[in-house]
Amino acid sequence: MNIINNNILTILTFLPLVGVFFVLIVPGNDALAKNNMRYIALATTTVTFVFSLVMWWMFDPTNVDFQFVQNHAWIGDVIGYRMGVDGISILFIVLTAMLMPLCVLASWESIDKRVKEYLIAFLLLEFLMIGVFATLDLALFYIFFEGGLIPMFLIIGIWGGKKRIQASYKFFFYTFAGSVLMLLAIMAMYWQAGTLDIAQLLKFNFSPEAQFWLWIAFFASFAVKMPMWPFHRWLPEAHVEAPTAGSVILAAVLLKMGGYGFLRFSLPMFPDASAYFSDFVFALSVIAIIATSLVALVQDDIKKLIAYSSVAHMGYVTMGIFAGNALGIQGAIFQMISHGIVSGALFLSVGVIYDRMHTREISAYGGLVERMPKYAFAFMVFTMANVGLPGTSGFVGEFLVLIGIFQVNTWVAFGAAFGVIFSACYALWLYRRVIFGALEKDTLKSILDMSPREMVIIVPLIVLTIFFGFYPAPILDATAASVEALVSHYQAGLGQVGALAEVAH
Amino acid sequence: MNHTLLQLIVFLPLLGALIAGLLGRSIGHRTSEIVTSGLLVLAALFSWIVFLQWTMGGGEAAHHAEAGHGGDHAFVAAESVKVELFRWISTAGLDLKWMIRADTLTAVMLVVVTSVSSLVHIYSIGYMHEDPHRSRFFAYLSLFTFAMLMLVTADNFLQMFFGWEGVGVASYLLIGFWYKKPSANAAAMKAFIVNRVGDFGFALGIFAAFMMLGSIDFDSAFAHVADMEGKNISFLWAEWDAMTVICLLLFLGAMGKSAQFLLHTWLPDAMEGPTPVSALIHAATMVTAGVFMVARLSPMFEASETAMTVVVYVGAITAFFAATVGLVQNDIKRVIAYSTCSQLGYMFVALGLGAYSAGIFHLFTHAFFKALLFLGAGSVIHAMHHEQDMRKMGGIKDKVPLTYWMMMIGTLALTGVGLPLHLLVDALPNIGFAGFYSKDSIIEAAYGAHTAAGGFAFWALVVAALFTSFYSWRLVHLTFHGETRASKETFDHAHESPMVMLVPLFVLAAGAVFAGYIWYDSFFGHAEHVEHFFKGAVVVDAELIDAAHHVPTWVKLSATFAMIIGFVAAWYFYIAKPETPKTLAKEHAGLYAFLLNKWYFDELYDFLFVRPAKWIGTALWRGFDDWFIDGVIVGGIARRVKDITSQVVRLQSGYLYHYALAMLIGVAALITWAIAAGGLLG
Repeated sequence: MNIINNNILTILTFLPLVGVFFVLIVPGNDALAKNNMRYIALATTTVTFVFSLVMWWMFDPTNVDFQFVQNHAWIGDVIGYRMGVDGISILFIVLTAMLMPLCVLASWESIDKRVKEYLIAFLLLEFLMIGVFATLDLALFYIFFEGGLIPMFLIIGIWGGKKRIQASYKFFFYTFAGSVLMLLAIMAMYWQAGTLDIAQLLKFNFSPEAQFWLWIAFFASFAVKMPMWPFHRWLPEAHVEAPTAGSVILAAVLLKMGGYGFLRFSLPMFPDASAYFSDFVFALSVIAIIATSLVALVQDDIKKLIAYSSVAHMGYVTMGIFAGNALGIQGAIFQMISHGIVSGALFLSVGVIYDRMHTREISAYGGLVERMPKYAFAFMVFTMANVGLPGTSGFVGEFLVLIGIFQVNTWVAFGAAFGVIFSACYALWLYRRVIFGALEKDTLKSILDMSPREMVIIVPLIVLTIFFGFYPAPILDATAASVEALVSHYQAGLGQVGALAEVAH
Repeated sequence: MNHTLLQLIVFLPLLGALIAGLLGRSIGHRTSEIVTSGLLVLAALFSWIVFLQWTMGGGEAAHHAEAGHGGDHAFVAAESVKVELFRWISTAGLDLKWMIRADTLTAVMLVVVTSVSSLVHIYSIGYMHEDPHRSRFFAYLSLFTFAMLMLVTADNFLQMFFGWEGVGVASYLLIGFWYKKPSANAAAMKAFIVNRVGDFGFALGIFAAFMMLGSIDFDSAFAHVADMEGKNISFLWAEWDAMTVICLLLFLGAMGKSAQFLLHTWLPDAMEGPTPVSALIHAATMVTAGVFMVARLSPMFEASETAMTVVVYVGAITAFFAATVGLVQNDIKRVIAYSTCSQLGYMFVALGLGAYSAGIFHLFTHAFFKALLFLGAGSVIHAMHHEQDMRKMGGIKDKVPLTYWMMMIGTLALTGVGLPLHLLVDALPNIGFAGFYSKDSIIEAAYGAHTAAGGFAFWALVVAALFTSFYSWRLVHLTFHGETRASKETFDHAHESPMVMLVPLFVLAAGAVFAGYIWYDSFFGHAEHVEHFFKGAVVVDAELIDAAHHVPTWVKLSATFAMIIGFVAAWYFYIAKPETPKTLAKEHAGLYAFLLNKWYFDELYDFLFVRPAKWIGTALWRGFDDWFIDGVIVGGIARRVKDITSQVVRLQSGYLYHYALAMLIGVAALITWAIAAGGLLG
């Protein structure tokens, strides 16, 4: 047990690479070989998921320090192999590991060309994503954070839809532009603090002036990743063109890296700057919720609609984080986890009908409930979770964020609460056009309900969506202590806002 | 009170919903029907046991005298029984649990919800017997009941909100049950979205209550209300009286759910759903959730005179407005829907005056006679082969005699027929149908309040009572009396409904006849009796009750007079001189069109909200996202970059590998540099 205990993060991070190795050595490219590769990927991701659960089980939620820490010098004394998790990061790892097997399953039949490369790209992606949340070294964080771009770029660019090249380029252009600034900031931080160890950096007090610039540099990267309005433009196209599993990972995990970055770096390391910029973030968040919800309302592509709704939901996350109180941050983390489950599920659901009809046009559907009652039920659950209905996981995060932000700024709460109305509008409007109505289109007359494989993907997500809606304690308890510590750290670090304001002018 | 019994009441309907919903296909429609209905009947039985035990006995002083600390007079929590289920959201200063709380107010609601629901379940076995998706229908009905029960047994704002939204979803699913009908789908969406506008306020109210009162558990929040006197909350651009802001925000939620003026537009459209749904959700239970909410929060509303006044005005205006629209509608269900809207206005007037018990009393009696009217209408529709237009009915009295008499009872109860014997001889009690007691209580309380709002409400309600009587009798005349206007085939085939549909009518009719007489004293009799009955579950204003009992005789008779005038007018219009309505409509074409089109609210909202939302959405998408961000900003930068680089590398070759390779090299170079730089620095 001790070996596992000490190395659990290494195991988790590198297990997918073991899978890559085995996929590589499968000979041939016939149907049998392809299936073998799929089973290898499925087994790898499943085992990784099991290990992530073991980690969650071993995790001590009352301890606010980093746990399962590994700290070895690597390149000079500067870049170290440093791993560790706390209540803020641990659940993202579990979320990532949980979704990967579902993604492999979802690609089982729909991906038939370049299967080997596809699976390798996904396993690499998992390696990099878990790394982002598990590492405690800033340089490694940057590598993982940016490295994730490559497999995702390839997934969209090779296995995507008609306009995949343009979309993948846009995706790359935006995220890369943001992260160049972050790289500069990381180097500047090293100059100031003399270390890239995140645990050390968290204790270092950056001068208000430095905070100001560092905050902006990190913001550039995370705001694009979230994405925050108006840096969101890449997301709808990336989603639309990506294959189903790509969309799932994009929405469920990659977007969360932005939120995680704000929580891990911006808020605790640059508290003064965070307080200084909080109104700015609030404004963007509220605009995101209202504006993108309205844009979602008029979409005629299912995936685009859900993508825009993701942007709106991320608005709650950013405003909760910068509310700077425990309610807001707890809500933001919960919202990210919940959105990971729900948006992942929504994209998987779209994949189900896309695989049958090969179109995402809303107008190509209608009346699916007639022939696909199981599907209609699943889609209803996820739609309601997307709308933030109490009793689904979507509600808890939104509620906590809003009740937290209300204490900070009633304008923001007031504006954000419009999301309650608008989300109902676009989500139900979508549901009505796709699921309800008479089944009149000839192309749909023979459409089949979900297959057992699809049920295996969808049912667990339904269960989780409802379970966490009624009993969110597993998530809230895991994060509570770390969030409390973060908040008191943040509050303690405050007090130099005045000084910062002078710097700004 | 028995804890197990309470849990059974709440969870039996959920069990039914799960069985019928998930297993409906394998166990068959008939089994689904029997299981869900059987479980609901059980729940109703248990509810009556709980209700009678609680109100007859002294209750248990289980949570009695938990005095709060605050203000001059200590707050005394209502006598209640609480069953803790499990934790919900508990973190960062919030500690919310799933609870079943029962006090008198809850007990009344339990009885109303489970009784009507079980009868509607049974009725639906007959009404829906041809529908190919019956199991799903019964699953929805039971699911709705569960959500409604969670709402009325909530012990904190958030569980109430859960039930609140839960009934909203169930209502959405049931209105749109016939999913092939575009109008049903539209109505379902409209109901949900308009309700969400109310929920927007409800949610903000909860946040404000948490900030000011420090808790959103009912009893501890109420305990802090006394501290709020003179306290302000900074909300949006100014400082406001804290309790006023909180209560008005919460009331917005109540307005949405209870279809009050300005947020009423969804209720008439909701009639697209199957008729049993209208009876259960849009008459007896869900739409009264707003009334229940204000009554439940009575200690908070008491702390804000402004909020109370708003409640009175909104209620009075709704009562009047909806009654005027009801006068000219031709769809039998829409008439009853507007009637419901109007009656809910009555209830709010009572609440706003501080006569909470009178409001709940009317909720209680209204549930019986309005469900009766809806199910009766359903029976008529069933007989007429799904014809709902009263212009194509008439003269079917002898075809459906039992339905006819049940509808008569419902009408007598709704219009408030009764003999005010007490006025003549002190020793005699008043005798009348249920609505007679509860409606007159409200009208008398309005006069007895002796406030400007009360005076306004009094006249609005008396006029509304006249209209109520008119449209109710108009409905009866158009449907049952006179010559038939139905096609010969429909008329010949019109038939009485089966017993499975009629028996629920009989039970509801018994309620419509006796509920007022039996419970008048508990709800609005002697103030001491009312206090003893409610045990602190709602605020009881003894002075107001007393004042209401001592209003002048003409006030006491006003509602009865209004009722008689309405009756005579309807008789004149539709029996004596049937050509009158047409002439009148022609002479006052503008007014008629205004009423027929429901004061043009749908058109107004479409113009104000729906179209601008779509227009702005498109503008933001095509204009901001596509044109500005993509075209001008990003496109501009990209072109610059391209200009520079195109000379060096031909990246636009279109081959994926070129891109991928270039990017890989780029990133790899950067990473190498980063590592190297870090290493070198070290």
